[in-house]
Amino acid sequence: MAGVREAVDEAFRAEWGRIVATLIGMTGDWDLAEECAQDAFAQALRVWPRDGIPRRPGAWLTTVARNRALDRLRRHASEAVKLQQAAVLSPAENPPGGDVDAEDIPDDRLRLIFTCCHPALPLEARVALTLRTLAGLSTAEIARAFLTAEPTMAKRLVRAKQKIRNAGIPYRVPPAHLLPERTNGVLAVLYLLFNEGYTATAGSRLVRHDLCAEAIRLARALARLMPDEPEAKALLALMLFHHARRASRVNAAGDVVTLEDQDRSLWDRQEIAEAATLLDAAAGREQRERRGPYLLQAAIAQCHATAPAAADTDWTLIASLYGLLGQLVPSAVVELNRAVAVGMADGPAAGLALVDALAAAGGLEGYYLLPATRADLLRRLGRPAEAAQSYRQALDLAVNDAERRYLARRLAEAEAGVGPDPDAQAGPDADAAN
Amino acid sequence: MKYLMLVCVDESVELSPAERAEMPAATEAWVSEMDSKGIRLLGSQLAPLSDATTVRVRDAEVLLGDGPFAETKEQIAGFDLIECADLDQAIEVASKHPVARFGALQVRPFM
Repeated sequence: MAGVREAVDEAFRAEWGRIVATLIGMTGDWDLAEECAQDAFAQALRVWPRDGIPRRPGAWLTTVARNRALDRLRRHASEAVKLQQAAVLSPAENPPGGDVDAEDIPDDRLRLIFTCCHPALPLEARVALTLRTLAGLSTAEIARAFLTAEPTMAKRLVRAKQKIRNAGIPYRVPPAHLLPERTNGVLAVLYLLFNEGYTATAGSRLVRHDLCAEAIRLARALARLMPDEPEAKALLALMLFHHARRASRVNAAGDVVTLEDQDRSLWDRQEIAEAATLLDAAAGREQRERRGPYLLQAAIAQCHATAPAAADTDWTLIASLYGLLGQLVPSAVVELNRAVAVGMADGPAAGLALVDALAAAGGLEGYYLLPATRADLLRRLGRPAEAAQSYRQALDLAVNDAERRYLARRLAEAEAGVGPDPDAQAGPDADAAN
Repeated sequence: MKYLMLVCVDESVELSPAERAEMPAATEAWVSEMDSKGIRLLGSQLAPLSDATTVRVRDAEVLLGDGPFAETKEQIAGFDLIECADLDQAIEVASKHPVARFGALQVRPFM
């Protein structure tokens, strides 16, 4: 029954994380939680064609999963403590389809995501565990998404769960004094997830799961679960501003299209509008002093997303936003992005001065966007020979094929002594690429 | 939950005379606090690295090293056995140890 399959898939997306989170809270056993959740969805596939799709699929699935967990715990006499806990927490026999009130099931996803993102776990493990337990991706899917062998990913997940158990990582939302730094950790994991999906376009990664969509889904859940945390809204806004541009980022040949060349009519205006609303809400909460890095990055992304054409971009505002961001999170990369923005707002000479200062200060050796940015500014200043030299340096460092093709083309132009085209928009190559 | 907390220092790291002078009192204060809270079960500073001996048996032969492990730059200077509710508490306890500021504390759960 096609309708049932779809209903189960939809319920999976909506409910998997919630169910797993509840069962971990109930049993303290991550593997048991996943298995019982899996069993519940398998049962739905068997039973719903016969009995119809329940009015509240989430409640139905949670009841079945909980009963399955209780069942398995009862069979293990040695699990006396777990049994005691479970008996206290669960009502007596709840037939599937019988009403477990949605309000009776607390949403434990916040506990789950903070635990997955605990700083004592390796970063790769945090990402993998979040995808497995909250998003419901299979080990195989996660392995494919990160171009890792499946056994490696499986081991990573096993070790992470083992450490949570053995080292006593508590299953909870951190207490107030730890919450700010731990929240940053969660946001960082979600943004990392998004970027993994976002930078892997160019058509060569067809087998990768849509990580962007998962990241957005998780960020949405987080924003809902932490309504008083404006950075959660800001992160979601940032993701949506980027995501809105996805249709224009790759051309028919599979080449990456830079920001200034993107066909803005292909941008998703609905997503941009939603992002703008979230950004407003976040900004309203964050008073001047407490402005966070995701809010600033989202504001920068909004500048691009709302400019009708590349020439209308408010580079002065972008430059000042990067300046504020640099004060919050001092970083040579942020400073480079600011240099690019200054180069657009105040002219290439001003940008070049900042880039040269950055190069002298050190810290960006090996980062191809430094010479690439320098080359672009020199090109616009009508200094093709120097530009060519910098393009060569950039090519030495650049790894991504699409980027190399772009740099090679620019190098060829520079070597041919082609001066700046007064009509062409300069390429803000460093500004979040595209 | 019991954890073994290894107090690790890199002997090549130079402390200022002021830092060196305040170490005994700061350590005593940490020990006192954790003892009184029932967190620290036992522990000790260890004798200097030059008093260490490394023991291995290979092919039934006892091989002795006349110092600590040569491969690592951070060496164990002391240990404490601590009892904590969870890893977050253990981390907090370790972070309060004066050595945390210039060395490292390795927190190992018991099997």
